[in-house]
Formats: sequence, C-alpha cells, structure tokens
Amino acid sequence: MPAVKGEGMRGLAVFISDIRNCKSKESEVKRINKELANIRSKFKGDKTLDGYQKKKYVCKLLFIFLLGHDIDFGHMEAVNLLSSNKYTEKQIGYLFISVLVNETSELIQLVTENLKNDLGSRNPININLALHCIANIGSKAMAEALGSEVPKLLVSSDTIDQVKQSSSLCLLRLYRTQPEAIPKGEWQNRVIHLLNDQHMGVVTAASSLIHDLALTATDDYKGAVSLAVSRLSRIVTSSYTDLQDYTYYFVPAPWLAVKLLRLLQLFPPPDDPAVRGRLNECLETILNKAQEPPKSKKVQHSNSKNAVLFEAINLIIHHDSEPNLLVRACNQLGQFLQHRETNLRYLALESMCHLASSEFSREAVKKHLETVVNALKTERDVSVRQRAVDLLYAMCDKSNADEIVGEMLDYLESADYSIREEMVLKVAILSEKFAVDYTWYVDTILNLIRIAGDYVSEEVWYRVIQIVINREDVQGYAAKTVFEALQAPACHENMVKVGGYILGEFGNLIAGDPRSNPLVQFNLLHSKFHLCSPGTRGLLLSTYIKFINLFPEIKPTIQEVLKNDNQLRNADAELQQRAVEYLKLSVISSADILATVLEEMPPFPERESSLLAKLKKKTGEAGGTIDEKEPGKEKKEKKPQQLPTSIEINNVGESSTDEMAAAPPTLSMDLLGLDNTPASQPSVMSLFDTTAAPAAAPMNNTAAAPTNGAIFDVFDPTPAPGDVTSLTPGAEESFKKFICKNNGVLFESELLQIGVKSEFRANLGRLGLFYGNKTSYQFANFSAVVSTPETLQTALKVTTDQVGTVIEAGAQVQQMITIECLREFEETPILHVQFSASAAPEEIESVGSGVRQFINVKVPVMISHFFSGVAMTSDDFFNRWKQLSLPQQEAQKIFQATTSMDTEIDKGKLIGFGLTLLTDVDPNPDNFVGAGIIHTQESQIGCLLRLEPSKNAKMYRLTLRTSKQLVSQRLLELLLTQF
Amino acid sequence: MLLFSRQGKLRLQKWYVPYQDKLKKKVTRELISTVLTRKPKMCNFLEWRDLKVVYKRYASLYFCCAIEESDNELLTLEIIHRYVELLDKYFGSVCELDIIFNFEKAYFMLDELMIGGEVQETSKKNVLKAIQAQDLLQEDGNLDFVKLPPTGFSEKELLS
Repeated sequence: MPAVKGEGMRGLAVFISDIRNCKSKESEVKRINKELANIRSKFKGDKTLDGYQKKKYVCKLLFIFLLGHDIDFGHMEAVNLLSSNKYTEKQIGYLFISVLVNETSELIQLVTENLKNDLGSRNPININLALHCIANIGSKAMAEALGSEVPKLLVSSDTIDQVKQSSSLCLLRLYRTQPEAIPKGEWQNRVIHLLNDQHMGVVTAASSLIHDLALTATDDYKGAVSLAVSRLSRIVTSSYTDLQDYTYYFVPAPWLAVKLLRLLQLFPPPDDPAVRGRLNECLETILNKAQEPPKSKKVQHSNSKNAVLFEAINLIIHHDSEPNLLVRACNQLGQFLQHRETNLRYLALESMCHLASSEFSREAVKKHLETVVNALKTERDVSVRQRAVDLLYAMCDKSNADEIVGEMLDYLESADYSIREEMVLKVAILSEKFAVDYTWYVDTILNLIRIAGDYVSEEVWYRVIQIVINREDVQGYAAKTVFEALQAPACHENMVKVGGYILGEFGNLIAGDPRSNPLVQFNLLHSKFHLCSPGTRGLLLSTYIKFINLFPEIKPTIQEVLKNDNQLRNADAELQQRAVEYLKLSVISSADILATVLEEMPPFPERESSLLAKLKKKTGEAGGTIDEKEPGKEKKEKKPQQLPTSIEINNVGESSTDEMAAAPPTLSMDLLGLDNTPASQPSVMSLFDTTAAPAAAPMNNTAAAPTNGAIFDVFDPTPAPGDVTSLTPGAEESFKKFICKNNGVLFESELLQIGVKSEFRANLGRLGLFYGNKTSYQFANFSAVVSTPETLQTALKVTTDQVGTVIEAGAQVQQMITIECLREFEETPILHVQFSASAAPEEIESVGSGVRQFINVKVPVMISHFFSGVAMTSDDFFNRWKQLSLPQQEAQKIFQATTSMDTEIDKGKLIGFGLTLLTDVDPNPDNFVGAGIIHTQESQIGCLLRLEPSKNAKMYRLTLRTSKQLVSQRLLELLLTQF
Repeated sequence: MLLFSRQGKLRLQKWYVPYQDKLKKKVTRELISTVLTRKPKMCNFLEWRDLKVVYKRYASLYFCCAIEESDNELLTLEIIHRYVELLDKYFGSVCELDIIFNFEKAYFMLDELMIGGEVQETSKKNVLKAIQAQDLLQEDGNLDFVKLPPTGFSEKELLS
C-alpha cells in the first residue's frame, strides 16, 4: 500500500493501486468493470452525492479512460461539478470536460453556459479555468457564443497578467476554429501593443496570437514589426541575468525570441532603414553568439541557444536580401553538419536545403558537398539520411550533377527501402535537368533500372523514352546501350520495357553490327518474353510488328511466334487481339502500308516533366495528412490525372480503360502513329473490315472501353450489364461536367436517366437526384446508395434519403442527398444504383431486360463546390498572393488548350467554378484572376487563381495558391479538365 | 502531446486539435510504436505524415509532441524539458508513479505551461506560483497529492 500524504482522494489512490497490482489483463478489466458498475450505481442511486464524492468518481472515470477504456457516462455529473463553488471540484469538472467531451457532444450547450458564468466571474482563478477549458476544446459553437467576450478580457485594463496570458491563447484557439466569430474592433490595435507589455509571460502568449492574426491580414498588423524588432533587440542584447526567471539555461527568453522571429517571417524586410538596421544587428548578434564558447555544458543550454539561431536563419532565408547574413548562416550550418549531436546535423541539413535555393548562398552551400555525401553514407539514422538526400537534390546544378548523381546511384544500392523510390525519382529528375550530354542521361537511367528496377515507377521509363525519341543524337547510343543491358542474364522487367520500345523504334541503327543483327535482337527480346507480365508482353508484341517493318528478313520468324497458340489463343484478351491483328497486318499489307502504319514515332511535344509532379506527390504522400488512412488507394484514384505526359506509351503497354478515358483528346495518338498519319487510316480500317478479325477496337484507342466491350459482344450472349463495383464507363466524363456547374445529367442509358440539381451554401450542400425510367416497364428492386471511401469519411458527412424500390414505367423519382464538408477532400463519394428491369417474358430479348443492372457513378461533389467568391482590391490580392508563396501552397500547370479559348466562355467557367473574378488586378487584361474561400467545418481556406491564356500558342498557364497543398493540387486537377 | 512508458502504456494525452476518438486511438498507437522502435542515439525528430514529431525519453517515460512544419524542433524539446522540471520541482524528484497517481496535477501543470498548444508561461517560478495558488484553494490547505516512496526500477526519477 502506498503511503498517503495529505487529504487527497484516498479512494482514487486505492483504486489506482488496485489496478497496478493486477497481475493480468483480465483481472484488470474485471476490476475496472467492478468499479464502473459501482460508480454507475452511485450516480443512479437515490442518495444524493456530495461534491467530494462526485469529484472522486469523475476522477476515477478519467483514470479509466486514460487506461484506454471507453467511458459513456458521467458527463452530466462532470458538468454539475462546473457550477460547484469549491475550486477543486470545478477544476476536476473542467478537466473531465477537456479530456472527454468532444466538439459535437450535446452537453456543449450546458458547458458553454457554465463557461459564460465563469468568464463573467470576478474571481480571476475561475476566469482562468474557463479560459483553459475553452482553449482546450473550443468549438465553432463556442467561438460563436464566447467570441466577443474573450477579446474584452484581453485588453481590459483591470485584467491581471495571468488572465491576459490565458485569454490571448484562448482567443487564438477560437480564432483558429472560427475566425469570423471574433468581432473585429479596437482590441486588434491594442493587442499589438501587448508586445510592449512589461510582463514577459504576457508578451510570450500575445506574440502567438498576433502571429496567427497577422497570418491572414498582414497589412492590419504591420505595426507589430517595429515593436517586435525592438523587443527582440532588447532580448538578444540583454545578459542572462537581466531577465531573471525568463532566462533558460543562460539563454535569455528563448521562447519569446523564437516567437518574435517567427512573427517577423510573416512580413517582408522592414521598410524603415532604422528598423531594418536594428533587426540586422539582432540577427548578427545571434550569429555571433553561436561562435561564443558555451556558458554551460548542459544540452538544454545549447538546444535553446540553437533554437533561436535556427529561427534567425529561417528569417534570414525568408528575407533573402542580405548576402552577408546568408553566407554567414551557411557557414554556421556547415559547422553543424559535423557536430556530434545528431539533432543538429539533422536540422542543419534541413535548413541548408532552403539556403540552396537562394542565389546569394547557393555557392556557399555547394562547398559542403563532400560533407553531405558523407552524411548520406555514414549517418546511422535514416531520417538524417533522408535529409541528406533532400539537400543533395536541392544543391545540384550543372557543375556538380555528375558527381551528385553518381553518389546517389552509388548509395542507392544499399539505401533503405523506405527512401528508394523517392531517390530514384530524384536521380531521374536531376539527370534529365542537368544533362549536358544525353548519353550520360541514358546511362544514368539504365543504371537506375539495373540497380533499383523495382522502385522505378512508370513515369521514369516513360520519360526516358520520350527523351530518346525527341533527341536524334542519342538514339543510336540508346539502342546500343539498351541492347547491351538486356544481355545480362537477369534483368528487370522495366529494362525489358525500355529495351523493347527503343529497339522497336531504333533497332535498325545498330543492326549493321553482326553482334546485334536483327535476329539477335529479336531472339534477345523474345528470350525475356515468357518472364514478363501481360502488359510488357503486349508492348513486346508491338515491338515485333515494328521489327517486321524494320527488318523484313526476319518476318517469317516473327510470324511464327505470333501464330503460336500461346499468342493466338492467349487467355488475355488484349494479348490475343494484338497477336491476331499484328499477324494479319503482316500478312496482308504491302511493305508501303506497313511502313506508313509503323512509321517512327514523331517527337513528343515538349512538356513539363511528369516526374516533378510525381515527386511532389510522393513527398506529399510520404507525409500524408493525418486523415488519409489509405494513401495507396488515393494514389490509384489520382493516377489518371497525373499521367497525361506519358499516356501515349501507356495505351500500348496497358489496356486500362480508365486511363484511356482520362487522356486528353489531343494526346491520343498511339504507338502505331495512326492518328498522326490520317491519310493511311482509312485504308487500314478497311483492311480490318475485310478480315473479320474479332474487332478493330484497340487500334482506334480513343473510345473509352472498346477492348472489353468488344470481346463481351463476341463471347457473351447477354449484353454486359456492367460491373458490380467498378465505375460505369463514362462516369468520369460526366463527373467532369459538374466541375463548373451544379445541374445536369449525371448518367444516361437506354433504360435510365439520372439528373442532378444541387445547391451549396458555405460548407453545406444539397443534391437532388432524379431517376427517370425511360422504358415501358417497371424497375424492381431499385436501390440507390452512396458510399464514401474510408479516407473521405472524416472529410464529408453524407446523408442520403431512402428511395422506393420500384420505379414505374416512364416515372421519375427523386432522392435528396445532404452533404456537409468537414475538411478538405479530393476523392468522391460513389453512387451505386442497381435495379432489375422486370419486363414481360416475351420481351426478355430486349435490351437489358431481366438482367440486374449495376450503375456506379461519381456523386458530383467536389471541394470547389464549397467556394464562395471574394472580391478584393489589387493590393489585397497581391499581398495574399505573396503570403502564399511556399512551393507546396502553389499548384501550377502549363497545358495545351482543348477548347476554343473564348474569353467569355472561360470567364463563365471560372465563375461557375465558384470564384469571384477580379478585374484590374492583372496588368495583362487577357489574364483571369480570381479569389474565393472554401468553407469546411474545420477551416476556411482562402484560394487565389490566375489563368493566363496564350492564344498564339494555344496554351494556358493555370496557377492556384491556397494555404493547403492538397487543395491547390485538387483545384488544379479539376480545372485542368475544363479548358 | 503524449506521455507513455517504455512498455507502450499511455500515461497522459493532450490534444490541441480536435480529432475523432477513433482517430486519436489510431494516431496514439502509431506514434507509440514508431517512437519505441527508434534507437537511443538517433535524432529526436522525425517526419510523420504532415507533422514533425519531437520526442525525448526521461527514465522510463517518453514525452512525445507532434508539431507543425514551421514549429521549432529544438525549442519543443526544451518545452518538454521545462515540463519535466516543473513536475520534478512540484513533486520533488518526480517519477513515473507520481504522474500515474496524480495525473490530474500533471494536467493542471501542463495547462499552466501551455494553452492551446502554445507556450504561455516559461518562467518556472510563475507556473509553480500558479499551481501553489490552486493548492491553497483546497478545502484544508493541505498538499493534495499522493507521494510514494521510490522503490524498484520502474520508479526511477525522471531527472536522473
């Protein structure tokens, strides 16, 4: 038994001891259940409990909750404690509420009442309790109920310091939760002056509040700059004895110093030369202090000193205007790179990444190349190695690309699995970006595939092919190198893909050498054929038909292979079809036609590398936001949008219908160059007509789902009723129709039409779905349900009305869906409709009758629907634009126009998208500039847009900036499809 | 902010951002297992989803904070330290058991140091003054916590 001192809650201590004495999980659970039953009966019992008992039981419940058990009662008793006049009872009540009651609880109303009382109390201790509680659980509703009280407390002259501190941070919480609920007013100016307050604690608390307030309204808080600078200056120049208890291990007020430095990072360098000079002095002093011998050996001393230093360096990087300071910062970090503290090495690598992007310090950073490479090789902690990779990537340019890429390749062989894919992407990007000699680029990528084939994503090998095709000077070399690489006994499938493609296009360039004559090339490729996946086999079959064109002398050999039952009767429809068609093509067409059909690929239009997008996404994904439960699933969803640059090759490599459907029409040329040689197209098509091959579908690859559909027709007597779960063809297209408007037809077939009318206000939306039966018979067992992917469930609250199970012939039924947007999201809920078309027996032959129909379409709701437009002045716009200048806040894309580029139409689309268009902001009147706010329950996300059409080039550049990476990206993806 | 033992038992949790209970549990599990698998010499920071995690071990107890991208890692480490110092000063050679038996005190103390995830008062004296003022409001004026004599290895003092 533990000794009990004082008059604490003895019962609680005994209970805790009991729990700790439990030998097994079972006995613990038993003891807890016993206690829960006891408390429950006490709460329900006839005897009224006194405050002490309530407090004790509530406390026990808390403890049980902390052990990981769910607590579903006692809330009411805790709320009762709030109105107790005994301090400890009140305190425990608030603690219980803070830990156990969440925003949505029904009790919040009662709690808010109590909070109001306590805020109005004359006893500062009660006020503080209430403030702490609000700061802990502050919800939207609370912000609305109490948002005007707290600012008053903060600036009132008779508020004591402690309450000022609590109310600053309490207000901060409310402001973060619901900025609109805080009334604007005089207090805002007074808040800035808290930076001058005598009490350091008050300044510390207030500077956090000012930071967030200024985040969205920099102009209104400009006055804070000079105050913050002078406060900072007083801190850094004070000796450690001046600030008494605010000195932490000989470092004067490190927390306040860091907060002030962060506040200053919201603003540009001060305009006033005096303030600016003073600030630079501060920064220099901080850098100087880093060189002084430590005043204490304690790690706390160096940590807090360096915390201030790193924050100062962040500010120097943010200003990016003082070359002298930037170089000094870089040298300082250079010292840390070799420090024995792992933490410092980690932070130095991270911070240097930012320095590498400044023109002033770039060269200084490059001096540390060797040390960084060394870190990559010798650091024992993978998170530090990761930072080293990032820094190498950031500091790479033409002068050192050779070395950096070489080192990264070297390291890749032993790199941790967790960072390999990212490294592969980085190597691929660097080697392309800084290639002086493209043979080096080809070597590097092939090496990459050899060393880390499994981690080479499709984008990487698509890209190398694009580059080889576009650069004549490297084609022969590429063919030779890839031929050599393929001779390795075991080579990665990605190598086979690149090899197959390149030899198919440029194999003729090396066929003169007897060691790589046509037959040798073919045999080499074909020796890998049986080891490959269907996708690769399909690609190889295309290579073979190209070989027939390039090397007529081996035509018989290849025809033999195509004729083989393994091909002609392959269970995989795509492979079978290719074999049949290619064989027929080789038999019946003349050399001329073959040459035209199988002409060399035309150069790809120059585009931004898809690798960068992939890397961006990859890093985003590795991070992921806290609510993404299945990053993998999301990746799949997004794939169609990010593939456009490589879609051409993809069409042959795979037959994924989704991706084809998503390919922008202008990019839909295929491997065989059909669409690019329109003259030959009719003849080829007629050729197929006469051969009665199963279908010519894969040749005109623009249709959405031809491959599967065609095969179904041949082998399945009933029309394909549609898959049970996968999206119905065309779903993606109709979803896109709703990006810029709210009403329209979501789905239409011979049987059914689904129309949509929707309206949105703030974070709420209502969708009316109209199901129209177009047939002359009844639909039975009709059901329409909405499913939300797991990752969406924390972002959207979707409520769907029931619909009747029968739709009479020609009738229309309506279903309402209400949607509440809790936080930003990118996926879409899916609407699953199924029904039986119950026709009379004699009609059984008619379309779709008697067959269970499944329709799965995307519910047309996307983040942009929760927009409300915002009008602002040109100045405001540019200020906000500048504030959102972090790379992850911006999403940008340059793309080919697929529409007529009509100004009025474009304007209509942007307005339909939900933005307010701002005129007289952009100096170029042809450009569109818009602003809006996305409302979610959790936050308001400001969004700025700029769309720059270039009619001559028939291109657009679209830029979106929001405070959230996910939102910028998603809005960009959505809008891209509309122009 | 999470406090958990070397055995992965959660001792204290404090959330400054509203999450659903289910998500809280998931995050807790994930963080505990991530941190416990790290070796002693590794750095005290790691990237985790879109946040940074800063953790430190004191005797048998891990203190772990998830902070945002722009927050200062080193200083977060020192907030943890300051909190441990406060606990130590208040309980007198604090050990894990003190926090188990007096979890409510640990909460109150954290509230005095930080509000809504931001530091409010960094002066040790001022925080302790506030806590002592609270204690004086107890009905009988006695110190209201249970102090156990340290025995056995699981009760090592945190600041040792």
